[in-house]
Amino acid sequence: MSTGLYTPPAADQLARARAVLDSVTDPELPFLTIADMGILRDVRVAGNTVEVAITPTYSGCPAMDVIALDIVTALTKAGFPEVRIERVLSPAWTTDWLTPPARAKLAANGIAPPQGRPDGSNSKRALFAEPAIVCPSCGSMATDRVSEFGSTPCKAHYRCRTCREPFQYFKCI
Amino acid sequence: MAAAHYRYLLRLADNALVLGHRLTQWSSRAPTLEEDIALSNMALDLVGQARALYTRACALAGDGRDEDQLAFLRDAHEFLNVQLIERPNGDFADTMARQLCYCAFAVPLWEALTRSRDAELAGIAAKAEKECAYHLRHGSEWVIRLGDGTAESHRRMQRAIDDIWMFTGELFEVDDVERAMIAAGIGTDASKLWPDWSDTVGEVLAKATLRRPADGWMISGGRRGIHTEHLGHMLAQMQFLQRAYPGATW
Repeated sequence: MSTGLYTPPAADQLARARAVLDSVTDPELPFLTIADMGILRDVRVAGNTVEVAITPTYSGCPAMDVIALDIVTALTKAGFPEVRIERVLSPAWTTDWLTPPARAKLAANGIAPPQGRPDGSNSKRALFAEPAIVCPSCGSMATDRVSEFGSTPCKAHYRCRTCREPFQYFKCI
Repeated sequence: MAAAHYRYLLRLADNALVLGHRLTQWSSRAPTLEEDIALSNMALDLVGQARALYTRACALAGDGRDEDQLAFLRDAHEFLNVQLIERPNGDFADTMARQLCYCAFAVPLWEALTRSRDAELAGIAAKAEKECAYHLRHGSEWVIRLGDGTAESHRRMQRAIDDIWMFTGELFEVDDVERAMIAAGIGTDASKLWPDWSDTVGEVLAKATLRRPADGWMISGGRRGIHTEHLGHMLAQMQFLQRAYPGATW
């Protein structure tokens, strides 16, 4: 029996849900979408329900609750009646998942993007290693770490000796 | 087996929660703004780790309790953290001695647990290892700065290391719970982490011009629910809201 309501095919629903999620950004880094960040792990449509899998950047990142709320709000506004958020902890998020456009956007917004760790600079063996961070304002390598803990769990606080500007560094994890 | 798994997760979670709460007690009281932010950031990591571990434990137990009930509605004797973690903040040297001793243990512990057969625990461990590596560097730098600083900072850093030393042995104890978890491939043998811990702490103390205390009698009991008087006082503060207003939510 027909209810008279047109239900689009699941594939179209999925594409539309993904498009909606492209508008959801990180509350602390509003120029990055959750897809750019690698926080968005999976999107599934099952009947009337959209299931969205997200992963936290840091164990206690308070932005996760806001992101979950933003996802539900965006999808509900777009007409999806049921949204289910799944938090995935394994595999653990890493800055390696930041997309190349995300790195470019970070630099364009004055935040030095994570600078790889080919030498395992985040490991115990490099307990006192100091990776050289490039100043996002002037490109100088003459920078000093002020603190490895900044305004959010993912950022460290640096200053440039050349242009004298303080800046944030998106630290490797 | 399931009981051992639950207990093993609670031990890991209680260490993270109690240390996390201790670090929040520095918020607005740290010596500089950068330190205030650093200690609060580390507290956030630790409380986050605890929350994920409690959630995992609750899923295993299936007794209807959630992570908040485990954190806020258990009494001191039900907490299974090592006694080293619950020691009061004292002065900055005491806090940094505690950070060094715990983090030098936590980094290799989490690294080993990334290979746990409990995939959820392995995922939590992968994140916690990287977070604790940052905490370890922070604590190490402070121990060196204070130890190799002025005569007064050296004296106080040495006293802090001397005072905490007898609490470090418990980190490496292996009991029936641990043995069951090692056999099941879920846990790791903490006693095997000692050489790594000893190298890290030894390197930092040497750089800090501090004397390494002799390994004498070591205190024990936290992981069986036997605690110093300090934990009860800490819980009285941490749990006040849920005790006064049961079920209160944001």
